[in-house]
Parts: sequence; structure tokens; C-alpha cells
Amino acid sequence: MRTARCEYLLRFGDNALILSQRLGERCGKGPALEEDMALTNTALDLLGQARLWLSLAAEAAGDGADEDTLAYLRDDREFHNVLLVEQPNGGYADTLVRQFLFDAWASLALRQLLGSRDAAIAAIAEKAVKEVSYHLRRTSDLVVRLGDGTERSHALMQAALEALWPYHHELFIGDAVDAEMVAAGIGFEPASLRDAWLSYVREVLAEASLTMPAAGGWAPKGGKQGLHSEHLSRLLAEMQVLPRSHPGARW
Amino acid sequence: MYAQMVDTGTPSSATIDAREARFQQRIDDGIRIEPQDWMPERYRKTLIRQISQHAHSEIVGQLPEGNWITRAPSLKRKAILLAKVQDEAGHGLYLYSAAETLGISRDQMVEDLHAGRAKYSSIFNYPTLTWADVGAIGWLVDGSAIMNQIPLCRCSYGPYARAMIRVCKEEAFHMRQGYDLMLALARGTAAQKAMAQDALNRWWWPSLMMFGPPDGDSVHSAQSQAWKIKLFTNDELRQKMVDQTVPQAEHLGLTIPDPDLKWNAERGHYDFGAIDWDEFYNVVKGNGPCNRERLETRRKAWDDGEWFRDALVAHAEKAAQRAAAKAA
Ligand SMILES: [Fe+2]
Ligand SMILES: [Fe+2]
Ligand SMILES: [Fe+2]
Repeated sequence: MRTARCEYLLRFGDNALILSQRLGERCGKGPALEEDMALTNTALDLLGQARLWLSLAAEAAGDGADEDTLAYLRDDREFHNVLLVEQPNGGYADTLVRQFLFDAWASLALRQLLGSRDAAIAAIAEKAVKEVSYHLRRTSDLVVRLGDGTERSHALMQAALEALWPYHHELFIGDAVDAEMVAAGIGFEPASLRDAWLSYVREVLAEASLTMPAAGGWAPKGGKQGLHSEHLSRLLAEMQVLPRSHPGARW
Repeated sequence: MYAQMVDTGTPSSATIDAREARFQQRIDDGIRIEPQDWMPERYRKTLIRQISQHAHSEIVGQLPEGNWITRAPSLKRKAILLAKVQDEAGHGLYLYSAAETLGISRDQMVEDLHAGRAKYSSIFNYPTLTWADVGAIGWLVDGSAIMNQIPLCRCSYGPYARAMIRVCKEEAFHMRQGYDLMLALARGTAAQKAMAQDALNRWWWPSLMMFGPPDGDSVHSAQSQAWKIKLFTNDELRQKMVDQTVPQAEHLGLTIPDPDLKWNAERGHYDFGAIDWDEFYNVVKGNGPCNRERLETRRKAWDDGEWFRDALVAHAEKAAQRAAAKAA
């Protein structure tokens, strides 16, 4: 039985890991050389963060787990990432909008964790928040430029925004694990980030001349608790193939 | 040797004038040629071919290894591989910039690649079938690249020499990481060791072919050597590679797939078996296992990214207009 703290760590680790895995699919195939390198850089940062979170989660699990057993030997129902990050890359506009929505949330979330009573968590947040602030500056800037660019780029960005928008809701829905972490002074109340997130996103979209999707509507959730979309199991099948087919091997 | 068989053009006696003699004298004196300096047209064109071919090799070379990023078997190896593939993009960038100093645009070079007019190294037309191939590429392909590129750090063209210095440092790192990956497999389970041996079997000969045709068939070599944009012959570099790699393979406990490989005490070098040059020329002609796929992947990435590049240009223009309107 994993503690709430361990599950909390897995949520942050899995968000970073799964999003990094998605970005890794794109490596070497970007729309321009500089952009390809920048996105790979984001993938690398997120992978580095995932390793810190998962190592800490493994320590908390205390059952001989390590970052690799957690990444490679769990099934999809044991992953705790939000649904947003497991969504397929789609076109480049989709990849960027997904990243923008996530970065805007992650930069707020990590800032909250800087004040965590849990020193190990605060230390990871401190390292990660610098990277994520940079990611957010970059994706915000691209959203503005591509929203404003051509008719075609505007249409692609707007369509991506409409498609991915429903997945933002889950970021702000708390559960018993969140409540326990708030009570312990370790974590934050997810709903408390919503207003700041919305106002930041609204500002960037306005500058990009993109239309913020209407409030309400479909709000898929469950990833945090291990109930995912069909995409995750396939993503894991690919990611985990070698450790699964060579049990016990070291790489 | 990411640049293979670079055509140096044919000099006509009229072009070998006094200016060209002075140019050659500078090179002989070890003075670097810089972009603003006068240079023979053939030197400029040859360098564009050589540097752009090298740049394209870095970019296309991202693909075979990139194939394993999503399946890297540990998070540490995944991070190393992502960083490596990113480095290769950076090498492409420096090299395109070096070529641009010779008066060709990056867009033009990319167009030449996509149209099949420009070449890239034959090695990247082989498939990466297992995880061990990632190790074999780092060890053998980056290893061969370094062998060729360290001398180029002293080549006659300044921007190219300086790009090579930056690139070589990273290539040396890639080679060590590739070898380390192979070592982990060689010391692993029987299946892992078999995977490593199989990768060596498949990558050995193509790696030796990377250095280009044997000296006797290498028509443009003499001119390139006089210009100091090629400092050793193909066969010299190939021999160095074999001599360096044999003990490394022994240390891994792997067997190099060449029954004729034997230490020759008299020469102080390893003798090795005949290379299948038909295979090499066939791959160069476009008939390797992955030529079509590699080029198609590059073209698709470029075409899919057109809206993105156009939008950034359009936004920059609009922003400039808005700024101008404001200032007026
Ligand atoms: Fe490189
Ligand atoms: Fe290279
Ligand atoms: Fe390399």
C-alpha cells in the first residue's frame, strides 16, 4: 500500500515522464532546426525532473523500487499523470498547445511547492521551476506568434486549443491525496491555482488573437487516480518494451 | 567522412592564374582562408559540397538513433540518447552556418538535400534494428567521424575548422557513451551479449565504408589534399580506425566479423579483409536499406513544418509594420 506522499510524488513524476516521452517521439522531426533543438531541450528537462520525482517516490515506496522499475514496470492503471500529457502529439500546433497549457499549470504548481514543508519536494521544485519558467516563456511566445502569424497558423492553433481545452479541467480537481498533502503542509489545493492559470492563459490567448473556448463542457478526468485514456497503454507498451522483454537485465 | 567522394571540379589552365598561385601559397604557409578572402571558385564550390554534405549527415543522422529514443531501456540511457541526438542537430546548425559563409543559404542546401541533389553519409541508410545499434553507432560511427574530423580542425578554411573544434569535443563524448552502452550489453545477459555482437556484425563494414572509396579510386583526393580540406587519405583514416577499434572490441569480448583480420607486425597495423565496394556504391546511389525512408522522413518534417516557418515570418513582418506605424 503506497502512502499519499508516494502517490503525490508519482503524480508529478509521471506528468513529467509521459510528456517527455511524447516530446521524444518528435525529436529530429521538428519544423525547423532551432525549434527541434528547443523542444528536445524541453523533453530533456522534463525527463530530468521525472527522474528526481520518481527517485524520491521510489525511496518513499521503500520496497526496492527505483526510478527505472517505476518507469518501466508499472502498468497504465498504476500511472498517475493527468490525461493532458498522454494525449498524442497530433500536428505541431497540438504539441505546442498541449505544452503551453501544461507549462502554465506546472509553473504555478511548482511555485506552490517551493514553500512545501517537505524539504526534498521543495528542493526538486526549486530546480524544476527555473526550467519550467523558461518553457512557459517559450511556449507563450510561440502561441502568440503562431496565433498572430498567418490565417493557416491561426486556424491550426485555434483548432488545437479547442481539442485540448477539455483536458485542463483535471489539473484543478483535488482528491483525498491532495487533501492529505495540504493538511500535512506538503502540497497545495489544486483548485486554488485555477484563477491565476485562467488569467495568464487568457492574457496570452488575447495577445495571440486566439479565442478562449467557452467555459463548461466536457471535462475528462481520472488520470491522477490511474484511470487513463486509451493512449497511455500504447505509449507504455513502446516505452517499456525492452525491460519487459528482458526481465532482470541491466542496461 | 560524413563527406564522401566530394567532387572538386576540373581546373582549366586559364584559371590557374597568379591569384590562385598566391592563394595556394597562403595555404601552404598554413594561413587560414576566411570568408572575405579571395578564393578559387572550385575551392568554394568544393567546400560547399563538403560542408553541406557533412551538415546533412548530422541532420539525417539524427533519424536512425532517434528511432530508439522512445524505447531506451533506462531513464539514464534515454537522457543520454536525447542529448546526443540534440547535439547532432547542433552540429548540423554550426555546419550549415559555416557553409553559409561561402555564399549559399541554408534553405538552398536543405532544398538540395530534399531534391536528392546533395548527399549525406552512406552510413545513415542502414537500419537500427535493436537497442545495441545505438551503442554501435556511438562507438563506431561517431568514432569514425572523429577520426576524420580531428584533422579537419586544422583545415584551411577558418569557419569550417572552428566548427570542427566544437563538434569534435561532443563527438568524442558520443563515442565514449556508445562504447559504455556496448560494455553494459557485453557484460549483461546472454541475450544482451548476442544483441551487441549482432550490432557489431551489421555495423562493422558500413563503418569502414564511411571513409569513402580506396585511394586508387578516389579521384578528387589530390586536389582536396593540396587545398588542405582533406588531410589524410581515405585508406589512411580507415587503417587508423581499424587499429583503434580492434583492441576495443577485444575488451568488449566481441568478435569483429572479418576472418582476414590479423595483426601485421611488419607493417605495425592490422590487415583486414576486402570491403564490398559494390554495396557502398549501391547505397550511395540510393539503394541502401533506408535511403528512401530517411529522405522521406526529412521531406515530411520539412513540409509539415511549412506553416510554422511561414507563420513566424509573417508575424515578424506584422510586428515590424506595427512598430513602424507606432513610430510614425
Ligand atoms: Fe555530430
Ligand atoms: Fe559529424
Ligand atoms: Fe555524434
